[in-house]
Amino acid sequence: MEIKVQEFKHCDMITVKGRVDSSTAPQLAQALEAANDGGKYKLVVDMENLEYMSSAGFRALLAAQRNSKKYNRGEVVLASVPDRIREALELAGFTELFKTFDDALAAVGHF
Amino acid sequence: MQFTAKFEYLDEIRDFVGDIARTGGFNDKDVYNIQLASDEAASNIIEHSYEGVSDGVLEISCGLKGGTITIILVDHGESFNPSEVPMPNLKADLSERKIGGLGLFLMRKLMDEVHYEADAKNNRNTLTLIKRKG
Repeated sequence: MEIKVQEFKHCDMITVKGRVDSSTAPQLAQALEAANDGGKYKLVVDMENLEYMSSAGFRALLAAQRNSKKYNRGEVVLASVPDRIREALELAGFTELFKTFDDALAAVGHF
Repeated sequence: MQFTAKFEYLDEIRDFVGDIARTGGFNDKDVYNIQLASDEAASNIIEHSYEGVSDGVLEISCGLKGGTITIILVDHGESFNPSEVPMPNLKADLSERKIGGLGLFLMRKLMDEVHYEADAKNNRNTLTLIKRKG
Protein backbone atom coordinates (compact mmCIF):
# COMPACT_ATOMS: atom_id res chain seq x y z
CA MET A 1 0.00 0.00 0.00
CA GLU A 2 1.17 3.53 -0.81
CA ILE A 3 -0.17 6.79 0.56
CA LYS A 4 0.34 10.25 -0.87
CA VAL A 5 -0.95 13.46 0.72
CA GLN A 6 -1.57 16.61 -1.33
CA GLU A 7 -2.71 19.95 0.01
CA PHE A 8 -5.26 21.98 -1.89
CA LYS A 9 -6.67 25.39 -1.07
CA HIS A 10 -9.87 24.12 0.51
CA CYS A 11 -9.06 20.49 1.33
CA ASP A 12 -6.36 17.84 1.50
CA MET A 13 -6.32 14.78 -0.70
CA ILE A 14 -5.06 11.42 0.52
CA THR A 15 -4.35 9.05 -2.35
CA VAL A 16 -4.29 5.37 -1.40
CA LYS A 17 -2.84 2.78 -3.75
CA GLY A 18 -2.66 -0.99 -3.49
CA ARG A 19 -4.26 -3.08 -0.77
CA VAL A 20 -5.60 -2.00 2.61
CA ASP A 21 -6.02 -4.85 5.11
CA SER A 22 -5.37 -5.40 8.83
CA SER A 23 -1.64 -5.23 8.11
CA THR A 24 -1.65 -1.92 6.22
CA ALA A 25 -4.75 -0.15 7.59
CA PRO A 26 -2.79 1.36 10.52
CA GLN A 27 -0.76 3.38 7.97
CA LEU A 28 -3.95 4.75 6.44
CA ALA A 29 -5.31 5.51 9.91
CA GLN A 30 -2.07 7.36 10.74
CA ALA A 31 -2.21 9.46 7.58
CA LEU A 32 -5.81 10.45 8.32
CA GLU A 33 -5.00 11.19 11.97
CA ALA A 34 -1.96 13.24 10.97
CA ALA A 35 -4.18 15.38 8.72
CA ASN A 36 -6.70 15.88 11.54
CA ASP A 37 -3.91 16.63 14.00
CA GLY A 38 -2.65 19.29 11.57
CA GLY A 39 -6.04 20.96 11.63
CA LYS A 40 -7.17 19.48 8.31
CA TYR A 41 -10.72 18.18 8.49
CA LYS A 42 -11.83 18.50 4.86
CA LEU A 43 -10.38 15.38 3.32
CA VAL A 44 -10.69 13.59 0.01
CA VAL A 45 -9.64 9.95 -0.06
CA ASP A 46 -8.79 9.12 -3.66
CA MET A 47 -9.27 5.40 -4.26
CA GLU A 48 -8.72 5.27 -8.02
CA ASN A 49 -5.74 2.91 -7.71
CA LEU A 50 -6.94 1.05 -4.66
CA GLU A 51 -7.17 -2.67 -5.40
CA TYR A 52 -8.57 -3.97 -2.15
CA MET A 53 -9.95 -2.83 1.21
CA SER A 54 -11.10 -4.99 4.12
CA SER A 55 -13.13 -3.88 7.13
CA ALA A 56 -9.86 -2.82 8.77
CA GLY A 57 -9.75 -0.02 6.19
CA PHE A 58 -13.42 0.79 6.79
CA ARG A 59 -12.59 1.18 10.47
CA ALA A 60 -9.85 3.74 9.67
CA LEU A 61 -12.25 5.71 7.45
CA LEU A 62 -14.97 5.65 10.10
CA ALA A 63 -12.66 7.01 12.81
CA ALA A 64 -11.51 9.82 10.51
CA GLN A 65 -15.07 10.68 9.50
CA ARG A 66 -16.14 10.87 13.13
CA ASN A 67 -13.27 13.16 14.05
CA SER A 68 -13.51 15.34 10.94
CA LYS A 69 -17.25 15.94 11.22
CA LYS A 70 -17.04 17.05 14.86
CA TYR A 71 -18.24 20.66 15.34
CA ASN A 72 -19.16 20.73 11.64
CA ARG A 73 -15.54 21.46 10.88
CA GLY A 74 -15.30 19.20 7.86
CA GLU A 75 -15.83 15.74 6.47
CA VAL A 76 -14.15 12.87 4.68
CA VAL A 77 -15.36 12.20 1.15
CA LEU A 78 -14.40 9.33 -1.17
CA ALA A 79 -13.38 9.64 -4.82
CA SER A 80 -13.18 7.05 -7.63
CA VAL A 81 -14.25 4.14 -5.48
CA PRO A 82 -13.66 0.89 -7.44
CA ASP A 83 -16.77 -1.28 -7.94
CA ARG A 84 -15.73 -4.17 -5.70
CA ILE A 85 -14.82 -1.84 -2.84
CA ARG A 86 -18.04 0.14 -3.30
CA GLU A 87 -20.06 -3.07 -3.06
CA ALA A 88 -18.35 -4.07 0.18
CA LEU A 89 -18.86 -0.56 1.61
CA GLU A 90 -22.55 -0.83 0.69
CA LEU A 91 -22.89 -4.22 2.38
CA ALA A 92 -21.36 -2.71 5.51
CA GLY A 93 -23.78 0.22 5.34
CA PHE A 94 -20.92 2.67 4.92
CA THR A 95 -22.06 4.38 1.73
CA GLU A 96 -24.56 6.35 3.78
CA LEU A 97 -21.79 7.75 5.96
CA PHE A 98 -19.59 9.09 3.15
CA LYS A 99 -20.27 11.23 0.12
CA THR A 100 -18.72 9.63 -2.93
CA PHE A 101 -17.58 11.29 -6.15
CA ASP A 102 -16.81 9.82 -9.57
CA ASP A 103 -13.40 11.44 -9.71
CA ALA A 104 -10.93 13.33 -7.55
CA LEU A 105 -11.60 16.65 -9.29
CA ALA A 106 -15.30 16.56 -8.43
CA ALA A 107 -14.45 15.59 -4.84
CA VAL A 108 -11.99 18.47 -4.41
CA GLY A 109 -14.55 20.81 -6.00
CA HIS A 110 -17.08 19.80 -3.34
CA PHE A 111 -15.18 21.80 -0.70
CA MET B 1 -1.45 -24.68 3.86
CA GLN B 2 -0.05 -23.45 7.14
CA PHE B 3 0.33 -19.74 7.81
CA THR B 4 1.83 -17.91 10.73
CA ALA B 5 -1.07 -16.11 12.40
CA LYS B 6 0.16 -12.60 11.65
CA PHE B 7 -1.46 -9.81 9.67
CA GLU B 8 1.49 -9.60 7.26
CA TYR B 9 0.51 -12.99 5.83
CA LEU B 10 -2.99 -11.84 4.82
CA ASP B 11 -1.70 -11.04 1.32
CA GLU B 12 -0.55 -14.64 0.89
CA ILE B 13 -3.80 -15.98 2.32
CA ARG B 14 -5.84 -13.93 -0.17
CA ASP B 15 -3.59 -15.07 -3.04
CA PHE B 16 -3.95 -18.70 -1.94
CA VAL B 17 -7.77 -18.72 -1.87
CA GLY B 18 -7.99 -16.39 -4.90
CA ASP B 19 -5.92 -18.71 -7.11
CA ILE B 20 -8.10 -21.69 -6.21
CA ALA B 21 -11.35 -19.76 -6.71
CA ARG B 22 -10.11 -18.60 -10.13
CA THR B 23 -9.14 -22.17 -11.05
CA GLY B 24 -12.69 -23.17 -10.13
CA GLY B 25 -14.09 -20.70 -12.65
CA PHE B 26 -15.47 -18.12 -10.22
CA ASN B 27 -15.80 -14.68 -11.83
CA ASP B 28 -13.76 -11.65 -10.73
CA LYS B 29 -16.48 -10.36 -8.42
CA ASP B 30 -16.85 -13.72 -6.67
CA VAL B 31 -13.06 -14.11 -6.40
CA TYR B 32 -12.80 -10.70 -4.74
CA ASN B 33 -15.61 -11.51 -2.31
CA ILE B 34 -14.16 -14.95 -1.48
CA GLN B 35 -10.81 -13.26 -0.78
CA LEU B 36 -12.49 -10.59 1.35
CA ALA B 37 -14.45 -13.16 3.40
CA SER B 38 -11.28 -15.25 3.92
CA ASP B 39 -9.32 -12.14 4.95
CA GLU B 40 -12.02 -11.16 7.46
CA ALA B 41 -12.02 -14.73 8.84
CA ALA B 42 -8.22 -14.87 9.13
CA SER B 43 -8.04 -11.32 10.57
CA ASN B 44 -10.55 -12.24 13.29
CA ILE B 45 -8.57 -15.36 14.18
CA ILE B 46 -5.28 -13.43 14.35
CA GLU B 47 -6.83 -10.57 16.32
CA HIS B 48 -9.07 -12.51 18.70
CA SER B 49 -8.27 -16.25 18.83
CA TYR B 50 -4.55 -15.55 18.98
CA GLU B 51 -4.73 -12.27 20.90
CA GLY B 52 -1.35 -11.81 22.59
CA VAL B 53 0.06 -14.94 20.91
CA SER B 54 2.99 -14.32 18.57
CA ASP B 55 3.56 -17.81 17.17
CA GLY B 56 0.02 -18.99 16.45
CA VAL B 57 -0.57 -21.26 13.49
CA LEU B 58 -3.44 -20.88 11.07
CA GLU B 59 -4.18 -23.85 8.82
CA ILE B 60 -6.18 -23.09 5.72
CA SER B 61 -7.47 -25.65 3.27
CA CYS B 62 -9.43 -24.85 0.22
CA GLY B 63 -11.36 -27.28 -1.96
CA LEU B 64 -13.46 -27.20 -5.11
CA LYS B 65 -16.27 -29.60 -5.85
CA GLY B 66 -19.02 -29.22 -8.45
CA GLY B 67 -19.02 -25.42 -8.59
CA THR B 68 -18.64 -25.00 -4.83
CA ILE B 69 -15.60 -23.66 -3.01
CA THR B 70 -15.07 -24.65 0.61
CA ILE B 71 -12.48 -22.83 2.71
CA ILE B 72 -11.66 -24.27 6.10
CA LEU B 73 -9.67 -22.23 8.63
CA VAL B 74 -8.37 -24.06 11.70
CA ASP B 75 -6.76 -22.40 14.70
CA HIS B 76 -5.68 -23.53 18.14
CA GLY B 77 -6.37 -20.33 20.04
CA GLU B 78 -9.30 -18.99 22.05
CA SER B 79 -12.74 -19.97 20.79
CA PHE B 80 -15.74 -17.67 20.54
CA ASN B 81 -19.48 -18.01 20.35
CA PRO B 82 -20.67 -16.57 17.02
CA SER B 83 -24.19 -16.11 18.37
CA GLU B 84 -22.81 -13.71 20.99
CA VAL B 85 -21.22 -11.43 18.40
CA PRO B 86 -23.65 -8.52 18.05
CA MET B 87 -24.89 -7.76 14.56
CA PRO B 88 -23.65 -4.34 13.49
CA ASN B 89 -26.44 -1.78 13.34
CA LEU B 90 -26.13 -0.63 9.75
CA LYS B 91 -28.69 2.10 10.27
CA ALA B 92 -26.92 3.70 13.22
CA ASP B 93 -25.67 7.18 12.54
CA LEU B 94 -22.02 8.11 12.50
CA SER B 95 -21.57 8.70 16.22
CA GLU B 96 -23.19 5.41 17.18
CA ARG B 97 -21.72 3.22 14.49
CA LYS B 98 -19.65 0.39 15.87
CA ILE B 99 -17.14 -1.53 13.85
CA GLY B 100 -17.13 -4.68 15.98
CA GLY B 101 -18.81 -7.68 14.41
CA LEU B 102 -18.42 -6.29 10.92
CA GLY B 103 -15.98 -9.02 9.87
CA LEU B 104 -18.39 -11.83 10.75
CA PHE B 105 -21.27 -9.89 9.22
CA LEU B 106 -19.38 -9.51 5.92
CA MET B 107 -18.43 -13.21 5.90
CA ARG B 108 -22.08 -14.18 6.25
CA LYS B 109 -23.17 -11.73 3.54
CA LEU B 110 -20.43 -12.65 1.07
CA MET B 111 -20.57 -16.44 1.43
CA ASP B 112 -23.47 -18.87 1.10
CA GLU B 113 -22.65 -20.69 4.33
CA VAL B 114 -20.50 -19.94 7.39
CA HIS B 115 -20.02 -22.59 10.07
CA TYR B 116 -18.00 -22.45 13.26
CA GLU B 117 -17.08 -25.32 15.51
CA ALA B 118 -15.09 -25.05 18.75
CA ASP B 119 -13.59 -28.36 19.85
CA ALA B 120 -12.42 -27.46 23.35
CA LYS B 121 -11.11 -30.94 24.12
CA ASN B 122 -8.62 -30.82 21.30
CA ASN B 123 -8.18 -27.03 21.40
CA ARG B 124 -9.20 -26.78 17.80
CA ASN B 125 -11.51 -24.17 16.27
CA THR B 126 -12.80 -24.69 12.76
CA LEU B 127 -14.36 -21.96 10.64
CA THR B 128 -15.84 -23.11 7.33
CA LEU B 129 -16.77 -20.77 4.48
CA ILE B 130 -18.75 -22.08 1.52
CA LYS B 131 -19.68 -20.37 -1.73
CA ARG B 132 -21.48 -21.78 -4.74
CA LYS B 133 -20.97 -20.47 -8.23
CA GLY B 134 -23.61 -18.33 -9.94
